[in-house]
Amino acid sequence: MNPRTHFRLVVLYVLVGLLLLVLMGRLWSMQILDGSHYQQLADQNRTRDIVVPAVRGMILDDRGIPLVRNRSALVVSVDRTTLSRQKDGGKAVLDRLAGVLGTTYQDVANRIRLCGPGIKRPCWPGSPYQPIPVEDHVDPKRALQIMERQEDFPGVTAQVQAVRDYPRPEGATAAQVLGYLQPITQEELDKRKGLKVTGYSGVDLIGRAGLEAQYDAALRGEPGFRRVLVDSQGRVTGTAEEKAAVPGGNLVTSIDAGVQGAAEKALKHAIENGRKAGHPSDAGAAVVMDVQTGRMVAMASYPTYDPSIWTGGISQDEYDALLGKKKGEPLISRVTQGQFAPGSTFKISSVAAAVGDGYPLNGTYQCPGSFDVGSRAFHNFEGEALGSMNLHTALVKSCDTVFYKFAYEEWLRDGGMHPKKNPSDPMVKMARDYGFGKATGIDLPSESSGRIPDRGWKKDYWDATKKGDCKAAKTGFPDVQKTDPARAAYLKAVAAENCVDGYVWRAGDAANFSVGQGDVLVTPLQLVRAYAAVANGGKLLTPRLGLAVMRPDGGIERRIADPQPAKLPVDPKVLAYIRSGLAGVTKSGTAAGAFNGFDFKKVDVAGKTGTAEVYGKDDNSWFASFGPVKHPRYAVVVMVAQGGQGAVTAAPAVREIWEAMYGTKKQKPLLKDGKLPSDLPSAPVQGTAP
Amino acid sequence: MLNSTGAGSVGGYGDRSLWQGRLAGLRKLDWPLTVTVLVLSVVGALLVRSATFQLALEHGDDPEGFLKRHILNLLIGFVLGGVVTVLDYRLLRAYVPILYALACVGLLAVLTPLGSTINGSHSWIVIGGGFQIQPSEFAKVGLVVLLAMILGEPRDGEIGPGRRDVLLALALAGVPGVLIMLQPDLGTTLVFIAVVLGMLAVSGAQKRWLVGLVAGGAAAGAAVFFFGLLKKYQIDRFTAFLDPSADPRGAGYNAQQARIAIGSGGPFGKGLFNGQQTGGHFVPEQQTDFIFTVAGEELGFVGAAVIVLLLGVVLWRGLRIASQAADLFGTLVATGVVCWLAFQTFENVGMTLGIMPITGLPLPFVSYGGSATFANMIAFGLLQAVHIRRRPFD
Repeated sequence: MNPRTHFRLVVLYVLVGLLLLVLMGRLWSMQILDGSHYQQLADQNRTRDIVVPAVRGMILDDRGIPLVRNRSALVVSVDRTTLSRQKDGGKAVLDRLAGVLGTTYQDVANRIRLCGPGIKRPCWPGSPYQPIPVEDHVDPKRALQIMERQEDFPGVTAQVQAVRDYPRPEGATAAQVLGYLQPITQEELDKRKGLKVTGYSGVDLIGRAGLEAQYDAALRGEPGFRRVLVDSQGRVTGTAEEKAAVPGGNLVTSIDAGVQGAAEKALKHAIENGRKAGHPSDAGAAVVMDVQTGRMVAMASYPTYDPSIWTGGISQDEYDALLGKKKGEPLISRVTQGQFAPGSTFKISSVAAAVGDGYPLNGTYQCPGSFDVGSRAFHNFEGEALGSMNLHTALVKSCDTVFYKFAYEEWLRDGGMHPKKNPSDPMVKMARDYGFGKATGIDLPSESSGRIPDRGWKKDYWDATKKGDCKAAKTGFPDVQKTDPARAAYLKAVAAENCVDGYVWRAGDAANFSVGQGDVLVTPLQLVRAYAAVANGGKLLTPRLGLAVMRPDGGIERRIADPQPAKLPVDPKVLAYIRSGLAGVTKSGTAAGAFNGFDFKKVDVAGKTGTAEVYGKDDNSWFASFGPVKHPRYAVVVMVAQGGQGAVTAAPAVREIWEAMYGTKKQKPLLKDGKLPSDLPSAPVQGTAP
Repeated sequence: MLNSTGAGSVGGYGDRSLWQGRLAGLRKLDWPLTVTVLVLSVVGALLVRSATFQLALEHGDDPEGFLKRHILNLLIGFVLGGVVTVLDYRLLRAYVPILYALACVGLLAVLTPLGSTINGSHSWIVIGGGFQIQPSEFAKVGLVVLLAMILGEPRDGEIGPGRRDVLLALALAGVPGVLIMLQPDLGTTLVFIAVVLGMLAVSGAQKRWLVGLVAGGAAAGAAVFFFGLLKKYQIDRFTAFLDPSADPRGAGYNAQQARIAIGSGGPFGKGLFNGQQTGGHFVPEQQTDFIFTVAGEELGFVGAAVIVLLLGVVLWRGLRIASQAADLFGTLVATGVVCWLAFQTFENVGMTLGIMPITGLPLPFVSYGGSATFANMIAFGLLQAVHIRRRPFD
């Protein structure tokens, strides 16, 4: 062997030795020094936490009949993360899935895209890391195809889940009361700590409106979790740890399915009748309240919708229809969120205010066809002159001019255009005492407060609008000038007046206020509570829907307390007087026609019509009632926006509800002896639907 | 050499019958090498079983199917190795042209429609019945004996091969080299380069040849890279080892999963057949190119280091055999085998440890794979053949 070969062999020895040394060193560093780091990575690799969703509690009526329950559905979900690992981004998988589900690739792809600005529905509003449900009405044969051919469907799961089901007992939908569920958003998740995402199920839902939102914590239960071992394909190979889910409690409400159904039906009839008579009748509400407890027995709102639309992905058309003005925004509860001028139904407040201000309860008052408030004539309804009368008759016949006079005189005493320092404003104060202008505090989210337009409000409003008015006072209304010069001149004059002293509480404001017009707005819920307060002798109650939370296995978890009622600062004698006046309305007054032939022996119903003029629109039709007059139990209010006269459109619907509750010769009563069940139901009447 | 009786006496059995002589020669085997290769084979078989039985079970296949095939491959391999051992390697010279031609034809066939693509490399000929041949494995054997023949020609006075020989060697090595690059099989190409460089060096070629080759190779590599002759996946695969977390679901997946498997093994491992990364088959190609990750996870640092040491023993014995060979031809054959096995070991283990790019090379004597096992055993046989006929008094 020559020396060069020998030398180079030695070099090779050294080189090989060095290479092996490098390998050993690296091995040492990875396994001994960084071993625990890699162990951690390995653990993440091998286990996956699956949150086991808790079955959401049912919402029951006062007899334990479910208004919302759960049904098991085979839900097919798609995991975006697994899909994105596919070579083609999962297109082939979605194609196959669309084939099995009998739809198109585009449809499935749309359902799993993430919602965002400019993205139309269907899209997924929840977390991108959860499996996204694409179909929840899968028939078992199709689901089986997916589960058996998992290799063809990576990232697709089919499993049985509980989804919301609306059985509509007695025709009661109560859609706006119940509310709906939506996938939880990241912000909500961040806000409410301790809310676990039910990753595996794909649907971690949260109540977004109505009772579902208000009592979400009680209904949702507590999710369990399973830590499973998985292989590289995500296939579960075993379970490492498990904690069972605690199902949510059942919410017992005071809604009575029978009465609710009757109220919805009556409201629908009222809307139909209003439209037949040529009124737009674009919205409405029907409310029944227990006047002794403040429990809500029925709350119907029109327009309404089918809440089962929320189960599964909602399409853009469906979603637009729910939110759009075109379809009348059916998500909005007209009972708690709708604000309308109350018209003459408001007089229960005004008459109490007048008497409180010193007008004799048994005095005699003039009811001319019109009354001059300052320089302007305010007319009675249809200009009718009814001569002299007592307050009883003023309520029965709904004389406006009597109230204009009260309001005008009170306004003058407060200093008129130059008010004294602390004006007494008896009507405004009384309205507030009746609970108007402030949310009632019902156990529902997003309640409206209505509006009591007092001096302060006028000032604020003037501050916000004077700029525009002052400009219009100079420029006039050239657009209107072209078509209607007289109107343009009037508008310009009004603008000029508003610009200068628009903040002043005028005589006209006071007069309009006294009959629930002008800028007064109330929610039907506020009005029914006010009538309940008159009926029960002066207790201003906080309306309540929730009665109790029941454990899933029966038994009461907790009762929902009644808040302490406020006291109406009205002499009981005056309230009794108002009650007797309202009792006359249904027999000889404005609602006598609507209650013609009504069986007052079964239940003596008292009430008040309201026909509120709305600038630029048709009149709001109201009827507010309570009964029985001697021992009042319920207050019933029906309102149809742009429905025409209260006596014609709303009153018959109220009658229909009373007749449904107490029965007629032809109709069996929904309530036995007019009473609601006094005890909580012991258990839900029906369980989960099959 | 007191009892010199001519050429036959070099092996020490010139005056006995041929077969007797050969059997007697078996006693002269390098036993440390033999035992080491046997141990590696047994460990490899166990690792192959561990890497495959869970997946086969899930697919409803015979869970011991891979193990059984691997044992069959090993048995065939040992027979091949044995035949090579007892052949007088010096007679190989006569067959080199044929071996070389066969290797080239095989590599050519791969590029025709006869060939199949597995894992992005067009390196296989599927024979049917579940059998497939990877000609590039056998080409390594062909390359070693070819270069040994050209560069190991007996020379008078000269220390190293002349220019003519070097150029001839490079030209003849270039043909299969280019064919392999066309597959493309980056790993085997690199093995070829290592073998050529190592054998040229040990043959005593002028230093300028070595320097020139390294410089030329680097320039060619740079050209290939910058002129976009590589496909994107090749570059991705090649560079993924630098930062596997950059694309953990794509090119970096293998690298990342391999590191997790090995790292999580810790000092003593999870125990044979107990690896959870292995059982969950997180590492692709685990019974072949990534077999070392099974050792890392299940046997820990201790087991993995032992495997590296055993491979080190093989290389040490190979170099020892090269030093003691009876002639330059023998020295070069042993050197070629060592360069091949050394580079392949470093590359294979290195890629699982994340210090080398990922290429498709099996771990010698350990990985599953028929062609590779046969080629490795033939290499083992070549070492033994040279050893048996070593210089008697060294």
